[in-house]
Amino acid sequence: MTQPKVYAQPNLITPNRPVIIDPEVCTGCNLCVEICPSDVYIPNPQKGKPPIILYPEECWYCGCCLMECPLHDKGANKLNWPLMQRMRWKRKETGEHFRFGMPNPPPPNKRPMV
Amino acid sequence: MEDNQNSLTFQEPIEWPYPIRYGEETRVNVDVLVLGGGLSGCFAAINAARKGLKVAVVDKSPIVHSGAAGSGVDHWMDCPSNPASKVDPEEFTLEPVRKYKGGYANVIANYITARDSWDALCELEQMGMKIRDTDDVFKGAPFRDEATKLLFAYDYETRTCIRIWGTGMKPSLHKECKRLGVQLYERIMVTSLLTEGGRPGGRVVGATGVHTRTGEFFVFRAKASVLCMATPERLWIFSSEWTGLVGRDGPPANAGNGHAMAWRAGAEFARMESSSHEEWGGSTGIGAVLFGTGSNFATWYPCTIVDAEGKEVPWVDREGNPIHTLEERTKPGPGQKFLTLVLGGGEGKAESMPHLIPDLPERIRKGEFKLPLYADLPGMPEYERRVIFGLMVGQEGHTWPVYRNLTEAGFDPDKDQLQVYEIGAAPPGWRRLRYGGLVVDWDLRSNLEGLYAGGQSIFDGIGVAHASSTGRWAGRSAAAYAQEAPEPIIDEKQVNREKTRIYAPIQRPDGINWKELQAGIAKVMQDYCGDTKTEELMALGLKTLEEIREGESRTLFARTPHELMRALEVLDILTCCEMIIHASRARKASNSWLHFERLDFPQDDPPEWRKWVTLRLEGEEVRVGELALDYHGDIKKNYETHKKE
Ligand SMILES: Cc1cc2nc3c(=O)[nH]c(=O)nc-3n(C[C@H](O)[C@H](O)[C@H](O)COP(=O)(O)OP(=O)(O)OC[C@H]3O[C@@H](n4cnc5c(N)ncnc54)[C@H](O)[C@@H]3O)c2cc1C
Ligand code: SF4
Ligand code: SF4
Repeated sequence: MTQPKVYAQPNLITPNRPVIIDPEVCTGCNLCVEICPSDVYIPNPQKGKPPIILYPEECWYCGCCLMECPLHDKGANKLNWPLMQRMRWKRKETGEHFRFGMPNPPPPNKRPMV
Repeated sequence: MEDNQNSLTFQEPIEWPYPIRYGEETRVNVDVLVLGGGLSGCFAAINAARKGLKVAVVDKSPIVHSGAAGSGVDHWMDCPSNPASKVDPEEFTLEPVRKYKGGYANVIANYITARDSWDALCELEQMGMKIRDTDDVFKGAPFRDEATKLLFAYDYETRTCIRIWGTGMKPSLHKECKRLGVQLYERIMVTSLLTEGGRPGGRVVGATGVHTRTGEFFVFRAKASVLCMATPERLWIFSSEWTGLVGRDGPPANAGNGHAMAWRAGAEFARMESSSHEEWGGSTGIGAVLFGTGSNFATWYPCTIVDAEGKEVPWVDREGNPIHTLEERTKPGPGQKFLTLVLGGGEGKAESMPHLIPDLPERIRKGEFKLPLYADLPGMPEYERRVIFGLMVGQEGHTWPVYRNLTEAGFDPDKDQLQVYEIGAAPPGWRRLRYGGLVVDWDLRSNLEGLYAGGQSIFDGIGVAHASSTGRWAGRSAAAYAQEAPEPIIDEKQVNREKTRIYAPIQRPDGINWKELQAGIAKVMQDYCGDTKTEELMALGLKTLEEIREGESRTLFARTPHELMRALEVLDILTCCEMIIHASRARKASNSWLHFERLDFPQDDPPEWRKWVTLRLEGEEVRVGELALDYHGDIKKNYETHKKE
């Protein structure tokens, strides 16, 4: 095994990833950067690349950046609740338990909101 | 495997992406200046602009989604003026004040809201926000008024609270501001009020601001100003390692700047001693996602709660009498005229709505109910399930992603029960200010000439209907004043003093950063002005805050305009905390309506203390005053006298 180059890095701030952006889908339009009420993001110095989450711990988890992202429905960005906030539910008929973020989740429920 | 760096670690420092303009200056001149472009601010601006005046709104965030209601809301409360309501606005205002607030309420703002909130909602509808079930999704549901297609919440019989598609609220207001030519100054933090001759207590003639990305300085000159920056958050509760800087009732931007600058300018405050323990651990960021877990409260009302074995948790009516059916949760009980959710009062002392049995924790301990509890959506009728999980979760603030994330993860309200996490309160000492704010008259004017206020900047203010109605009223009053007022004159010495003050943190290479300072201040509040208070404790708390002001906070540093914004916020948080301790020392009596407990004055709400304690700064001195609880006078008459079309 070749050994990696290891840097001296300070601990990451927790929670460290309030929003997950898919670089394959995101076009780097920076609309989310302009929308965010807490100014959590900055534009990527490389044009066309996903914005950088500079202040993850200041995210309010409000979801405005998702609501405004033109490619949200195509999977460009996703709100990533911290592990300590992932809720459970129970199927009434069968008593089966589920958790947001669990491995092998059940199939999505496609019903849109009212 | 070459490198242990990824997108979360820095290869090398990134250059600040925006131009740096510390000290550079822009001057703006308008008739009406609105400070804070949340709900009340947008309504104030729109109503002033309709008078043909030159209006500017300044907000720290982008106005399209700024403020507490920035990502959505689901309830339009306090609306007895809607066409399907069976309640008289006067009775609607006064009955809950007596019953659930012990008389400690801002009756002026509440009555304006009760009378005007339907008009404000209709304005929102005209601007494009959806307020009716025009698609007939809920045709025939007991909460739907078939004539108007309005959907009601809480009390389906007397109908004063409307379910709305609130994610569209801020975008609609933003569009209307632009349409009317309101000048929008975004990402600018207002830092101080400017007064005539630079004197505290003088007429307010404008404000200063700093750009949160470039650090550029702004001077706004205006004939009238409307303060709409909401209530301070992050006073007792702070951690940067929990979510959103741990604020529920407001976004991180609502950091008490409005209160602090009005205080320095000599404005008068009430209710600043009122703070309550954060019982709802889930809302502070240490627990569950707000409204993203099972509940029977607010967004989730009137959802059935069951225990781990499917046994239903019983409900009682607002008087504590057992009720047995779903229908009884949504109509007044025997002898009750109407039900309304009262926020900001003696919550916990007297509940204004039907609720789960109050001795549930004991009965769980005795084994009668088994944890965990669940919200039994599948057990609800289809129309309730759909309105709770399809409309309300989806429209309420923060919950648009809840609907998306949960359904994507397979959650199905027709089949699944969502776990309840609300049991388990926040740590001791974790409190939040309960609606302290500016004292206003019937024009929603403060004690300072030229300064008006709307929304949660006013004492005892909460809710979207309140913010919209008072913002609208304050905007009209400010416009009427501006039409007559003389030209304002800015005192340049005051401007220069403010410049020196706000740029100090960027001139220090190191020292204390904003987070450590804020965490330290929050700990002082927990230790010295927490759940129980005494004179000695609070005197020490104030001394500690004064030491921090003279000591550590003079070493506060900021490396970017963004950090400068946070640093200036914490200095204002420090001021708000000082105000709270002054107010808490001034009320020498416990008062459970105000969630205010003094060990050294244990008698609850004694007659000689049935009044507002007011507070303002005069020179260096804190002036304590008082105000009769019924200073509003004859509400019908005053409403008519002061109403402006
Ligand atoms: C998640 C959530 C859901 C809610 N749901 C409901 C509901 O369903 N029904 C209901 O009745 N109420 C609800 N509320 C409460 C309601 O949203 C608020 O009471 C209302 O929005 C307050 O309006 P406001 O104008 O006083 O303050 P806000 O709307 O919060 O506006 C304050 C504005 O001031 C700006 N600001 C602050 N400091 C500065 C500064 N220094 N310089 C410039 N700008 C500044 C902020 O960016 C913000 O835009 C909810 C609140 C939250 C947090
Ligand atoms: S708005 Fe969407 S597409 Fe645009 S930069 Fe943000 S995540 Fe990428
Ligand atoms: S969820 Fe809200 S606070 Fe967080 S990054 Fe998105 S817009 Fe900003």
